[in-house]
Amino acid sequence: MGNEYYRIALVGNPNTGKSTLFNALTGLRQHTGNWAGKTVSLAQGSVDFKNKTFQLIDLPGTYSLFSNSKDEEVARNYIAFEKPDVTLVVLDATSLERNFNLALQVMEMTTNVIICINLIDIAEKQGIEIHEKRLMNLMGVPVLKISARNKLGFPMLLDTIDRIVNGDIKCQSFQLKYPEEIEKKILKIEQQIHEIIGDTVSARWVALRILDGDESLINEITKQFKLRGDY
Amino acid sequence: MSLEQLYTEAQKLSTKQIRDDIVQHLYETSYQLCQEGVSYKKAKKDTKTEKLDAIFTSPIFGFPIMIIMLGIVFYITIAGANVPSTLLADFFGWLEKYLTALFSFLHTPNWLYGMLVLGLYRGTTWVISVMLPPMAIFFPTFALLENYGYLPRVAFNMDRLFKKVGAHGKQSLTMAMGFGCNAAAVISTRIIESPRERMLAILTNNFVPCNGRWGTLIVFASLFMAAGFTGGIKSLVTTGVLVGIVLFGVIVTFFVSWVLSKTLLSGIPTHYTLELPPYRKPKIFDTVIRSSVTKSWSVLVRAVKVAAPAAVLTWVFANINIGDTSILQHAVQFLDPFGKLLGLDGYIMIAFILGLPANEIVLPILLMGYLSTGSLTEVDSMIDLKNIFIAHGWTWLTALNMMLFSLLHYPCGTTLVNIYKETKSKKWTFLAFIIPTVIAILIPFIIAQTVRFFGWM
Amino acid sequence: MTRTKIIKLVDGEKGDIIKITALLLDGVMRRRLLDLGFVNGAFVEVAQKSPLGDPIAFRVSRTTIALRKEESGKIEGELIINGE
Repeated sequence: MGNEYYRIALVGNPNTGKSTLFNALTGLRQHTGNWAGKTVSLAQGSVDFKNKTFQLIDLPGTYSLFSNSKDEEVARNYIAFEKPDVTLVVLDATSLERNFNLALQVMEMTTNVIICINLIDIAEKQGIEIHEKRLMNLMGVPVLKISARNKLGFPMLLDTIDRIVNGDIKCQSFQLKYPEEIEKKILKIEQQIHEIIGDTVSARWVALRILDGDESLINEITKQFKLRGDY
Repeated sequence: MSLEQLYTEAQKLSTKQIRDDIVQHLYETSYQLCQEGVSYKKAKKDTKTEKLDAIFTSPIFGFPIMIIMLGIVFYITIAGANVPSTLLADFFGWLEKYLTALFSFLHTPNWLYGMLVLGLYRGTTWVISVMLPPMAIFFPTFALLENYGYLPRVAFNMDRLFKKVGAHGKQSLTMAMGFGCNAAAVISTRIIESPRERMLAILTNNFVPCNGRWGTLIVFASLFMAAGFTGGIKSLVTTGVLVGIVLFGVIVTFFVSWVLSKTLLSGIPTHYTLELPPYRKPKIFDTVIRSSVTKSWSVLVRAVKVAAPAAVLTWVFANINIGDTSILQHAVQFLDPFGKLLGLDGYIMIAFILGLPANEIVLPILLMGYLSTGSLTEVDSMIDLKNIFIAHGWTWLTALNMMLFSLLHYPCGTTLVNIYKETKSKKWTFLAFIIPTVIAILIPFIIAQTVRFFGWM
Repeated sequence: MTRTKIIKLVDGEKGDIIKITALLLDGVMRRRLLDLGFVNGAFVEVAQKSPLGDPIAFRVSRTTIALRKEESGKIEGELIINGE
């Protein structure tokens, strides 16, 4: 073996074909695994590319990462605390408006993001044309069009993952600028948060979540720090 | 300053308006991204989904279609599993002859042969041959309906009924998953966002008969309820009886949900949203292969992990004597009076108790007790099987109460473990055990006493 | 149409298109509705009623979402196109 090993998380809205993509990529090389002291089990599978092994983790399908439900917390915690090497955001090409919403939230949390626009075949039939280059410039991360059902766009996808983990592509994920009033408040607490939690999690993101009143995240951070024994 | 203090501080900065503004801003940005990066040539509507929804969720056809679908899935499962089940059983029987020959060639002691071949081997192969074929048919069929997009429509149609008892329409989906495996269904309740409804779905999932109980239900439905019929009609009657049992389970689910939502789970707020995705033709071949292969594999693993130790244990109980009877017989005699109250007997009670790790092994343990062979028994034909039951005083009442007890009793070990993992609460796990148990005792008791009172037996 | 008519989503008929003006709920439910695209200014089409009349499915940001009357009764909007 001796393959280099990378963890790739899949997130997406429900019904975007995220699991279809996961299944198509990993074939039958799947199992459900627990992660670091958690009781939550997630489907995992692996795919070999060049001399690397990508371990794919199929996170629960969610509309957002605001911890409105257990699934959302699971997905959020994985991205924030388990820090996958790359996060694939799987979007439904036929309802991008709502789907981008989730992509933007992921990009607030982590840098190495690939936007996978799935169901592209269906979107084309419906007369939806997606200009991935333009989106790529706007979002600062790779944007790919795929069809998981028809296994279209996979070589490009694997190659992009490969180039991100090699450092050949530097993601500069787009950071939302909020209205001035909110930005001011973020600024007020961001520094303090950074002092407490360091670089483990994006302080700006935590600041935003705190302003949003996301208490469960605070509990989770405290728990995570205790687990790692440096709090 | 700790994070908690900072949080408390920061709440002074946070207002309801800010929260809305954050989401609103996310949406506006998403919208702008769409404006710049996506062009919509013609607003061609997905008329197929619209037309299909008009049928599948229609006030006239919605419910009948659902019930017919359920019946079809059951029928395909029952009728289709017959032949492969027999083939597998024959194959394992054939293999056993060689195993026996091998053991006698090696001059292994009798107890070892008994434990390994008559206990372990027969126990696990029974589970595999009885459970694998229906699983390999049910899960792919279910997965096809799911991938096609029909299941959310079921949740949509059913929600009004679930709402009446304080539950969530998506519970119909976790219940449907329960037909395959209650343990998996308990995890799948995560799709229900609101905690209260989720707890209801967890606590009542057990009233849907899982694959492990199907075998038992099918055997008794066809032996005792559909006894007078042959061929295709027999399968149809069996299916009918099973649908009846399932509907009864649904009624109990509604009743228990209603009571819980008025008592232990009252007052906690609820919310409901359900996406109806467009209908999409599933990749039939991929879906079938994937769900049958992965599920079949998990059955095999389960058979080895759970059924095997239980089979060995049962063999040991049946073969170690205290005085001049085995431990198993002692237990049977002890439980018999209680079993009789429920229209059952001591053997049945002990089979359910030893079957706690996995419902699959209830029936083999029962047969083993009846035949006092001390090992899981091969029964060559269904007629032989029926004769064994009749010889032990079984009537349609015994069969009915056995089916009801199987439907209603406590969840299996794996499910209980999952309930504990999901709820993180000993109290709720205990309730998930005790509520079904009490109901499983009460209902057969009432039926048995009523039938005896009126002298229908 | 010159005069705008404000109605609740729950009172919409199949085919109606409503532009959201107010969400009269709080907490997690408000959050979830916002996540799903029921934001101010969004256009919502009444898509399908369930067999028993409740819940009702709505088209919003190119997806179909079903809501119970408890929630759809607390979302108000301008009736833009009357489906009838």
